[in-house]
Amino acid sequence: MFSRDGTDAVAVQALTKSYGDKQALAGVDLTIPRGVVHGLLGPNGAGKTTMVRILATLLRPSTGHATVAGFDVLREPDEVRYRIGLLGQHAALDQDLSGRQNLELFARLYHLGADGARGRTRELLERFDLTDAAAKPVKQYSGGMRRRLDLAASLITAPDVLFLDEPTTGLDPRGRAEVWDAVRSLADGGTTVLLTTQYLEEADQLADRISVVQRGRIIADGTADDLKGRLGADRLDVVVHDAAQVSSAVPLVQAAAQADDVVADQDRRLISAPVTDRMSALSTSLRSLEDAGIEIEDVALRRPTLDEVFLHLTGDEPIEHTTPEVSA
Amino acid sequence: MNDHLTVPGDRPTRTRLAPTPSRSAPTSAAQHVARLLADSATMVRRGLAQWARTPGQLVVGLLFPVMMLVMFAYFLGGGMAVEGGDYPDYLVPGLLALTMAFGLEETMVTLTQDINKGVLDRFRSMPIAESAILVGRSLLDMLRSTIGLLIMIGAGLLVGWRWHGTFAAALGAVALLLLLRFAMLWIGIYLGLVAGKPELVQAVQILVWPVAFLSNAFTSPDTMPGWMGRLAEWNPMSATAGAVRDLFENPNWSAGSWVSDNAVMMAIGWPLALLAIFVPLALRRFAALGK
Repeated sequence: MFSRDGTDAVAVQALTKSYGDKQALAGVDLTIPRGVVHGLLGPNGAGKTTMVRILATLLRPSTGHATVAGFDVLREPDEVRYRIGLLGQHAALDQDLSGRQNLELFARLYHLGADGARGRTRELLERFDLTDAAAKPVKQYSGGMRRRLDLAASLITAPDVLFLDEPTTGLDPRGRAEVWDAVRSLADGGTTVLLTTQYLEEADQLADRISVVQRGRIIADGTADDLKGRLGADRLDVVVHDAAQVSSAVPLVQAAAQADDVVADQDRRLISAPVTDRMSALSTSLRSLEDAGIEIEDVALRRPTLDEVFLHLTGDEPIEHTTPEVSA
Repeated sequence: MNDHLTVPGDRPTRTRLAPTPSRSAPTSAAQHVARLLADSATMVRRGLAQWARTPGQLVVGLLFPVMMLVMFAYFLGGGMAVEGGDYPDYLVPGLLALTMAFGLEETMVTLTQDINKGVLDRFRSMPIAESAILVGRSLLDMLRSTIGLLIMIGAGLLVGWRWHGTFAAALGAVALLLLLRFAMLWIGIYLGLVAGKPELVQAVQILVWPVAFLSNAFTSPDTMPGWMGRLAEWNPMSATAGAVRDLFENPNWSAGSWVSDNAVMMAIGWPLALLAIFVPLALRRFAALGK
């Protein structure tokens, strides 16, 4: 509506941010066209939040340049602030106040005036299905409701660019689904969204494009499909019954998966291989293992975990946290 | 361009949120001032709404000094032999000063909560006059302390304290008390911004007690071991308590030291000195939130 014409929603060049010796961002370039949902995927401490805080004018970069909706985050922070919405990692709400009071308060701070604030609040409560709970104090809300109210608060100005910093961290599956739905329909309406997440699945579900962030750098970039292609796609896990048979099973699985980098774990009696043709890899390995008289205890096709994504992209040590796995 | 947004709902066709009227940042000085006033008013409105939603918390906070007054006047007061007056005549001005000094934690706690919940970040990501966050905090805390002061004066009258001076002098005493509170406000803002952690709030909540008792609020510094007595005399809270006793024409602890002879001057000088130190520190810290 009032972005500068002909500009990208977000344009970042050579952005760095250091705290003393510690470098949170080590030179990031990023362009997000309008109407795109862009995911920043990475582990804790990768620099995702630092990035969002700089773009939301909360933090000054050490060096580099960033514009949001065509306005410079350093020189024109007020103009940026009229055009963004921010959903931080924690629900930034007054727990004692009602949902309605929270939204009216924030709407007044966007200078909508008393009537404007009331009207906008009514509209947002209705759209996010919170009208019935509007008079209750926020501390009585469920996690998902709180997050929806938080999201409503970040949409008061109908922002050009919406920043979502780990929007589903700490939510139960139902709350997560609620937030995903809300983000999807915002995206359908054409809002540009920059989303950070630790979960590959979340980025996959929501983002048109994904940047994988590690140690303050973007180490891979592309659509979910691009990345998955580069990540070695799905994995086949085979657990054999007898630990002594792991070594004889490895070449068979390797041949069936047509992959070089098969991982064997003697203790867990597990052989894991990246696969491109899922069904053929599965049926071939089952057949050849059976022919060789190797008893199988369990077999699964699954998406790569974020650890494996990072291992693949960086050849680095695994990151220190768990991610939900999707079993086949 | 994102003229419209859609958001979820179970309607078959998605409805669109109307865009808000186009707004842009203030350019003239007058517009800046108008925005600061409007945003500060919103911050005050927020605080008032919080009070209205949690009246219990407000009442407990306001009545805490009254409880101290009752404890000291009736539980301990019987054992306090003081010259030239009743113990409440010494005690009430001391407790008024103490109430103001304890305002420090109040400021620190509320600010710390806003920081930790991310509310401060949300405010700062909005096109507000950022100083409205501090102006609003100041107005609310001063309002609350003024109410607390009036309640304590009422409670003091009930336990037998009286002022004997002129009404103008009494107003002067109230002004000095609020000046002390204002200095504590800025120390509280600074500490809240520096510490910003619940553990540090707790440390401050504990440490205010020895600082409060190392003063002339409850007893004469002359009764303390030598160096402690000197420290207690020089405590900013003692300056205000002493000056307030003078202005209410309540008896004061044994005069004679330079500090107690110049109590009113000290009660103006101390808070101003603290403000001269902590206002710039707090403002620098506030501006550094983006660093």
